[in-house]
Amino acid sequence: MTSSTNVSCFHEARRVAIFGGTHGNEMSGVTLVNLWIQNGKEIQRKGVETKPFITNPRAVEKCTRYVDTDLNRAFTTENLSAPSGDDLPYEVQRAQQINEIFGPKGSPEAYDVIFDLHNTTSNMGCTLILESSKDYFNLQMMHYIKNAIAPDSCPVLLTEHPLLKYSTSRSVAKHPIGLEVGPQPQGVLRSNIFESMRVVLKHALDFIELFNKGLEFPPCTVDVFRVSEKMDYPRDTNGNIIAMVHPNLQDCDWEPLNPGDPMFQTFDGTTIRYEGAGTVYPTFINEAAYYEKQQAFVTTRRETLAAGAIKKT
Amino acid sequence: MEPVSLPALSRVALCGGTHGNEMSGVYLVRELQRQKLEKAGSATLTTVISNPRAVQVCKRYTDTDLNRCFTDAILSSPVTDATPYEVRRAQELNTLLGPKGNVGAMDLLCDLHNTTANMGLSLISYSVQDWVIMHIYRQIQRKITSAPVRFIVLDLPLADAYSQDSLGKHGFSIEVGPQPHGVVRADIFNIMKEAVDQTLDWVQCFNSGCAFEGGEVDNVYTFVKSVYYPRDPETNQIAAAIHPQLQDRDFCLLHPGDPMFLMFSGEILKYEGEEVLHPFFVNECAYYEKSIAFHLARKMTVTIPPLQVKRD
Repeated sequence: MTSSTNVSCFHEARRVAIFGGTHGNEMSGVTLVNLWIQNGKEIQRKGVETKPFITNPRAVEKCTRYVDTDLNRAFTTENLSAPSGDDLPYEVQRAQQINEIFGPKGSPEAYDVIFDLHNTTSNMGCTLILESSKDYFNLQMMHYIKNAIAPDSCPVLLTEHPLLKYSTSRSVAKHPIGLEVGPQPQGVLRSNIFESMRVVLKHALDFIELFNKGLEFPPCTVDVFRVSEKMDYPRDTNGNIIAMVHPNLQDCDWEPLNPGDPMFQTFDGTTIRYEGAGTVYPTFINEAAYYEKQQAFVTTRRETLAAGAIKKT
Repeated sequence: MEPVSLPALSRVALCGGTHGNEMSGVYLVRELQRQKLEKAGSATLTTVISNPRAVQVCKRYTDTDLNRCFTDAILSSPVTDATPYEVRRAQELNTLLGPKGNVGAMDLLCDLHNTTANMGLSLISYSVQDWVIMHIYRQIQRKITSAPVRFIVLDLPLADAYSQDSLGKHGFSIEVGPQPHGVVRADIFNIMKEAVDQTLDWVQCFNSGCAFEGGEVDNVYTFVKSVYYPRDPETNQIAAAIHPQLQDRDFCLLHPGDPMFLMFSGEILKYEGEEVLHPFFVNECAYYEKSIAFHLARKMTVTIPPLQVKRD
């Protein structure tokens, strides 16, 4: 059986990392990674070195998102190439250390795959975050995971956007994958959320094992939600929030928001409606950490991405 | 029961942000201040953001939990350079809203809180014999249908009462959940607003001479004990999560043999007490640092007397 279609060849994924505690109060990842540091049997796969790693130990210790600055925004070229020093914010120093161990970002020595474990207060279920629409390896992995956990769903958020894309800790790897599971309050560990994250990772590692064994994955398509626009809370002239996410929108991540639909509710009960041009699919609705980033939710548009066939070199 | 008459409630206080990341109370107090709401009928209404520094950084507290600083001992402790911010603030609030136990204190103090636990709308106080509070509870329970309404009583003498509501002659907390800390949910905010509206409504009726009939109130829960997270003996880390069958099931029955914790190893830890009790504050974020997984309570019904304002 000869293949007349193009097959993209990738090196074996031999070095894989699992990051927890990039935000110190997102407990599923912190707990899973600490468990696996003690006993890594569950994450071992033949031919793969899987390294569990706590990226922001000081934030984890204080059970806070970050100490000086958000680690998951700190992996910019500017930060990574700045001269190292104690005067740098803690998370910038940490980003440089992580880049040395798991990168350098963009180089052939970088880790093959990094999974970065996050929780959200938004009702996003088990979301996979994809940074590039052209990463066939990641697309094939996500396709595999979606099939494996069906009928449960695993939405894919594509953060490829000139302004909204941010420099994540996982971005030092060749194939970065974000796992965002919610809803879960910061600082809280919910058993069901913890177990779903565990299951998704199991399937992801199974995919890597199969790939490394030489299995060819045929061309596939993956439905994704491409990030479109950041929507802030309505504020007064002093910058104070004057309305809340409307009860009709709250918890409705990934559901259509049409022009005219309720979007915010003021504290005295008035409805503010969505006035965009067309239907969008909001997500990260009412994420605790985004109040300070001026984001009530982000809109997305549905897209189908195609991934060519892949196999190992 | 014999009818009771009590003095009018002429000074009412409403406090939010006692924990700086419990957002419903913060936004509700700010909204009432924006509306310049200063009276409830003949009563004056004082609105306070209790812990402004913690609200500023959206944290539960900066040095120590403000809502544990209102015992007689802490309120009378001398202030030095080493005194934590919240202890100083508690003493300030005692001057503003108290003094605790004194005739000059607020007649009614209502403190607004949120919890990550699935507790619906809970009123919390130190006694089931404060007839003002019990009648307010009954009104809220009758009028509010958007959430289950319950009363939790902590059996402590006034000197040991540690929370801010103990500053008032009549005091209680309104606790609404589930809501993540640092988040304001419209549905939760609206429940709290309804509870505050009903409270102020009752106060106005009471002050103007309404006669409230006696009767029975149910869904009253008395704190019995706390249950702690199991820890790994070697690492001292918490070794389990609340079992999925207990998660979100505040106030349901916990029988001997029912699952409590799911260890990360997969083992199930079961409740081994002898008495069937009711869990609450199940998986409250702020209690991890005290290692508390949940509290247990006994359920009871309370008979309340007819109540009317005392005429001079």
